[in-house]
Amino acid sequence: MFGRSKFGGALAYLAAAFLLLPLIAVIPVSFTPKRFLSMPDGDWSLRHYSALFEDGVWLSSIGTSISIALAASVLATVLATMFGLGLWFRRPRGGALLVGFALLPMVVPPVTSAIILYFLLAKLRLLDTMLGLVIGHAIMTLPFAVVAMLSAFARLDRSLEMAARNLGASTLQTIFLVVLPNLKAGMLSAWFLTFILSWEESTVTLFTSGIEVVTLPKRIWDNLRLDVDPVVASISVVMVVITAAVIIARALARHRYATQS
Amino acid sequence: MTTTRTAGTAGANLITQILMWALPVLLLGFYVIPLLGVVSWSVTQPVAGLGNYARIVEGGDISSVFLRTLRISLISTVATVLIGYCLSYYWVMGSRLRQTILEICIFIPFWISVLVRAFGWLVILRDNGLANGFLMATHLISEPLGTGRNEFAVIVGMVHFMVPFSVFPMATVMRKIDRRILLAAHGLGASPAVVFAKIFLPLSLPGVFAAFVMVLVFSVGFFVTPAILGGGRVVMVAEAVFVQMFQTTNWGLGAAMSVVLLALIGAVVAVAYRLLGVRSFVD
Repeated sequence: MFGRSKFGGALAYLAAAFLLLPLIAVIPVSFTPKRFLSMPDGDWSLRHYSALFEDGVWLSSIGTSISIALAASVLATVLATMFGLGLWFRRPRGGALLVGFALLPMVVPPVTSAIILYFLLAKLRLLDTMLGLVIGHAIMTLPFAVVAMLSAFARLDRSLEMAARNLGASTLQTIFLVVLPNLKAGMLSAWFLTFILSWEESTVTLFTSGIEVVTLPKRIWDNLRLDVDPVVASISVVMVVITAAVIIARALARHRYATQS
Repeated sequence: MTTTRTAGTAGANLITQILMWALPVLLLGFYVIPLLGVVSWSVTQPVAGLGNYARIVEGGDISSVFLRTLRISLISTVATVLIGYCLSYYWVMGSRLRQTILEICIFIPFWISVLVRAFGWLVILRDNGLANGFLMATHLISEPLGTGRNEFAVIVGMVHFMVPFSVFPMATVMRKIDRRILLAAHGLGASPAVVFAKIFLPLSLPGVFAAFVMVLVFSVGFFVTPAILGGGRVVMVAEAVFVQMFQTTNWGLGAAMSVVLLALIGAVVAVAYRLLGVRSFVD
C-alpha cells in the first residue's frame, strides 16, 4: 500500500524521463546528413558512423583511452588489494584513519586534484605522456578501488586465515592460495569500476595532457568547445546503446529472478 | 619451535607491513607532497605574498566567480536531492515493476560519460536546439527562449549528472527503515500521507543529509558540465582555475583558487561530520 500512489509514481517516472532525455536526444542528431549539428529533416545518413571508423583520430583516441584505462585500473586494483590485505592481517588501531587518508583523492575537488597532478607531472617531466596519465588516473581511481576492496574484505570469513595457519601455511601461501582466490569477485568489480572511471576521466586529463596524448574524452571535449562535429553524436549513441543493453539485460534478469521466487 | 615461529612471524610482520603501507606512502609522495607544492605556488607566484588570496576575497571578478559557484551549487543541490528523493522512494518502496523500470533509468545515465550527458543537454538546450524547436513548432513560443549557454543550462546539466549519485545514499537509508512501523501506523488508522510525513520522512532524513553534503561537495568543484553548458559565459571556480592555468598562465592565482576550494569543501565536510556525529550521539 506504500509506494503505490499514482501521483507520486508519475512524479518518479517524470524524473526518470528527465534522466533519459539527453541520452535519447543525441540519437536523431547522429543520423543527420549535414556536416553540422542538426536534426535530419527527412534525409537520414550513416556518414557520421562511418566517419567514426574511417577517421583515424577517433580510433586512435579510443585506443589511447583503453590502454591508459587498462594500465591505471590494474595498478589501482593491485594497490587497493595490497592495502586491504595489510589492513585485514594487521587490524591496526588507526585503521579508520589510514582508510580516510586513502580516500583523499575522492574527497578533494577534481580540479584541485588536477592542479596537484599537474604539479607532480611537471616536476617528473611526464606532462602529456601516457605514463603520466596512467599515474594520474590510478591516483584518481584508487579510492574507488579501496572502497570496493574493503567491502569485499568485510564479507571475507576470518576463520579462513586461522584454518590456513593451523594447516601450516605461510603468510604468502595464505595470501595467494587462500585469501586472494576468495576475493576474485571483489577484485573484478574494483577493476571494472576503476577501468570505467579512467575511461571517462576528463578533469585531470584536460589539465595534464592534450597535444601528444589525446584520450577520447579530450577529443570529445575539443569538439564540444570548438565546433561541434556530429561524429560526437554517433560516438555518444554507440556508448549509450552499449550501456543501456548491459543495464537492461541485468535488470530484466534480476526482475525475472525476483518475480519467480 | 619458538625460534622458528618468531622468525616466521617477523617475516610475516614485514610482509603485512609492506602491504599496508604501500598505498599510503605512494599517496603521500604522489599526492600530498605535490599538494604542498601547489600551496607554495599560491603564495610565491607571480610574487611572494598573499596577493592571490587577497584577490579572491577583495570583491572583484574572482570573488564573484566564487559567489556564483556557491549560488549555482546550492540551487542544483536542492533540486538534485528533491528529484533524487522521489526516485529513491519509488525505487525502494514501489511495486516490483516500478522498481525495475526506475533502476534501469537510474543506472544508465550513471554509467555514461559526463561529456556525453552534457552533449545531450547541449543538443536539447542550445538556442536552435530541440527544446526551442519543439516549443516553436507547437506555437507555445514565437521566439527562441535563451536556454543555451546560461545558468539555467548549467543547473539542468549539473542536476542531471548528480541525481543518480544522490539516489544511492538515500535509497540505502530507506531500505533500512522497518516496514512494520509503517504497517503499524497504517493499522492504527494513519492515512498513507500521514505515515509518510510523520514516520517515513523523518526516518529517511539521515540519507537526505548525506546526499545533500555529497552533492554539494561535488557541485562546488564541478568542471566539465558548467564549462560546456555555460559556454564560457557562466564561469564557475573549476573553469576559472583552468583559465588561470592555461590561458592567462597565472599559476599562482589558479593554485590559490583551488586551495580555497579545497578549504571550502573541507569546511562543509567538517560541519557535516559534526552534525552527523552529534545526531548519532543523540540516537
